[in-house]
Amino acid sequence: MAKKTETKLDFGSKWDYSSAPESAGHAEIKKEYGLYINGKFVKAEDGKKFASISPSTDEHIAYFAEASDKDVDKAVKAARKAYNEVWGPMAPKERAKYIFRIARLIQERAREFAVLESIDGGKPIRESRDVDVPIAANHFFYYAGWADKLEYAFPGKTAKPVGVAGQIIPWNFPLLMAAWKLAPALACGNTVVLKPAETTPLTAMKLAELIHDSGLPAGVVNIVTGAGATGAAIVNHPDVDKVAFTGSTGVGKIIQKAIAGTNKTATLELGGKAANIIFDDAPIDQAVEGIINGIFFNQGHVCCAGSRLFVQENVKDIVIKKLKDRLSTLIVGDPMDKNTDVGAINSKEQLDTINKYLKIGVEEGAEIYQPNCTLPKKGNWCKPTLFLEASQSHRIVQEEIFGPVLTVQTFRTIDEVIDKANNTPFGLSAGVWTDKGSKIFNLTTKLRAGVIWANTFNKFDPTSPFGGYKESGYGREGGLQGLSPYVKLS
Amino acid sequence: MSRLEVQKTYKIYIGGAFPRTESGRFYPVTLKDGTVTNICLSSRKDARNAVVAARNAFEGWSSRAAFNRSQILYRIAEMLEGRKAQFVEELMAVGASKPNAIKEVEASIDRCVYFAGWCDKYTQLFGSINPVASSHFNFSVQEPTGVVTIVAPESPSLLGLVSAIMPVIAGGNTCVVLASENSPHVAVTFAEVLNSSDVPGGVINILTGKEDELVEHFSSHMDVNATIYCREKHLTKIKENASLNVKRVSDWSNKDWYTEGDDPYLLLETQEVKTTWHPIENIAGAKSGY
Repeated sequence: MAKKTETKLDFGSKWDYSSAPESAGHAEIKKEYGLYINGKFVKAEDGKKFASISPSTDEHIAYFAEASDKDVDKAVKAARKAYNEVWGPMAPKERAKYIFRIARLIQERAREFAVLESIDGGKPIRESRDVDVPIAANHFFYYAGWADKLEYAFPGKTAKPVGVAGQIIPWNFPLLMAAWKLAPALACGNTVVLKPAETTPLTAMKLAELIHDSGLPAGVVNIVTGAGATGAAIVNHPDVDKVAFTGSTGVGKIIQKAIAGTNKTATLELGGKAANIIFDDAPIDQAVEGIINGIFFNQGHVCCAGSRLFVQENVKDIVIKKLKDRLSTLIVGDPMDKNTDVGAINSKEQLDTINKYLKIGVEEGAEIYQPNCTLPKKGNWCKPTLFLEASQSHRIVQEEIFGPVLTVQTFRTIDEVIDKANNTPFGLSAGVWTDKGSKIFNLTTKLRAGVIWANTFNKFDPTSPFGGYKESGYGREGGLQGLSPYVKLS
Repeated sequence: MSRLEVQKTYKIYIGGAFPRTESGRFYPVTLKDGTVTNICLSSRKDARNAVVAARNAFEGWSSRAAFNRSQILYRIAEMLEGRKAQFVEELMAVGASKPNAIKEVEASIDRCVYFAGWCDKYTQLFGSINPVASSHFNFSVQEPTGVVTIVAPESPSLLGLVSAIMPVIAGGNTCVVLASENSPHVAVTFAEVLNSSDVPGGVINILTGKEDELVEHFSSHMDVNATIYCREKHLTKIKENASLNVKRVSDWSNKDWYTEGDDPYLLLETQEVKTTWHPIENIAGAKSGY
C-alpha cells in the first residue's frame, strides 16, 4: 500500500503575480487641510495641526488642522444656525435633491476617493474601489429619497428632525462611515458636525470639498478633524442634540456615561466578536472563502469581522487544511496593487495591539499558524493568523482584536455552538454555513446579534439595517430602521 | 360576635412564587381606614434573584409563538376583569375615589387587551424586506432585547404598572418591576392575577420597596439589557450605570398613562432589529450563489 503523504499547496513561491498598481497620479492631495466650518475651510483657532501618515509606506501624506473646543463650538453654532434658518425650514423634496447630488458627485469621483482611501488607510484598492466608495455613494442615494417620504416611515406619528447631530467615526471605513452617518441625518432634516478618525482624515476632508462643490448650504455639514479631545468636545457640547458614534465599546461606554445627565440621544455602533459557524453539511469550499472574507476583509479591522470560527468536529480536519491552503495564497502587501488581498495595518498603535494579542494567544496555549509570506519592509504589517485549539476562556476568544487574527474552536451539537457563540458580551454579527434551510433559521433566530449572514459574510447595503445587540451598541444604521435615530416622533 | 376579617400578607413575586423578601425587612403603609400593612422592603439580593428568574424565563418566553403570547396577554385581561372589584377596593383603600378607581382599573384591563393584539403584528408593521443591490435575500425583524428592569410610576399605581409591563412582555422580553412605593398593594394583587393567567413564572417579577435603594441594582446589574424608568429623581444615575454594559434606557416619566399608553412605539423601545442575509442564485444575471 502506498504511503499516504500530505500534500501542501505552495502557491506563494511558484506563482508570482506581476504587480498591478493603481495609479495615484490622478488624485490630488493638498499639503494641508483646514476645518470645514460654516461652508468655509478654516485653520484651527490655535493653529494646531497633525500629520496623517501612510500605513503602507510610512510616508507623510498631509497636515490636518486639530480642532479644539473653540473650533467645535464654532462648528456647532454654524450647524445650529443652518438648522434654524435653512435646512430645517427647507422643503423636504429640496433637501432630497441636495443629497442625491452628493451621491452623484461621489460616483463621478469614485476612482479618486478609492485611491485616497487606500493611501490614507492602507486597505486594498480592490476593497476601497468595490466596497467602500460605491456603498458610500449608494448610501447617500438611498437616504436622499427618504427625505420627502418620512410620513410613510413612521405610521401613526409625525417625524421631526432632532436638531444638531454630533457624529464621530472610526478609521476602518473612513468614507463609508461618514456616509452612514451623514446621509440619514441630512435626509431627516438635521445638521451635522462630523469628526473623522485622526489616522484617516483624508477622504473626509475630500468629502467636505465635494459637499462644498455640491452647493449644500453653509453650516449644514461641518467637518472637524482631530483626536479624542475633539471628539469629547463634540459629545459634551451643550447644543448638540444627538450623538452618533462608531468605535470601540470602551469609548462607547464613556460617551453613554458622559451624556447621562443630558437630553441628548445616541446611537452607538461598537465592537464585536462574531461567531462564524461551519456545519458538516456546509458547502466547504464556499465556507472557507466565507471564513477568509469574514476575518481578512479590511485586515480584520471590521467590527463585525468573523473572528471566532466554530467548526463542527467531524469536518475540522478538512476545513483547517483548506483554510491553511487558502491562507498561503493570500497576497499581503501594497494596498494600491489590484492583486492585494490583505493591506496594511491602519496604524503603529493598532499593530502594537494586534501583536500584543498574538503574544497573549501563544501564552494562553493556543496554537498559532501563519503562512509563509514576505511582508514589505516599510509600513505596518501583520501576517494572516490562525489560532487553533483556542478555547472559550481565552482572551483572544473573548476580546476584540481588530486585526487579521482568527480563533478556531470546534463543536459537536447545535445547542453547544449556540451557547458558545452567544457567550460573549458582544452581539454585532454572526455567520452560519449549512445547506439545510431549517437549520439556518433555527440558528439565525437563536444567535443574539444584529446582523446574521447565512452562507455569506461581510455583506453591506444601504437598505439593510446594521447594528448590535448587547455591548455592541444600540440603534441601527441603514434601511428604514436607520431613520429612527434621526427623528423625534410625536 | 362579629367575624374577624382575614388580612392579607403582602408578598413579592419572583420566578412565579410568592416569597417575602429574603432580607426579612418591611416598611409600613397605612391605609385610609387606619389599617397598617407591612410591605416587603426588597433588597439587592431580591433584585438579583428576580433577574436570575427573568433570565431563565427569557428563552422560553421569547421563543413562544407570538400568537401564544398574544393569548396569554389577553388572558391577563380576562383575569383582571374578573377581579375588578378587588382592585377598585384596593385603590380606594389608599385614597382613590370610587369613580377614579373604576376608571383606572378599566383602563388597565383595556391596556392589556391593546398590547395583546400587538404581539403578532408589530414585526409585520416595523420589520422589512430589504431590496439589497446584490443577489441576496435580506430581511429585518424585531427581537426582544432581553431582561428589562422597570421602575414603575408612583402613580397611577395600577395603570402605570400595567402600562409599563405590557409593551415589554408583548415583545418577548422578561422583566423585573419595582412597584409604586406608597401604593404597592395593587401590584401585589396584580402578581396574583399573573400567577393565574398562564404567564410563565419569571416572565414578570414584581418587587416592592424603596426606589432610592433599588435603582442602583436595577441599573447596574450586568445581566440586565434595558431599564425603563417612569419616575424622575434618579434618571441621570440610571443612565450613568447603564453605560456599564450598554443598557438601553427608556425615560417614561411624565407620561399621561390614560392618553399616551396605547402606542406600539413604546414596545419598540425594548426591541432589537435583526437583519438576516442569504444568497440567491442567479438573479439578474448575477454569478455564483455563495
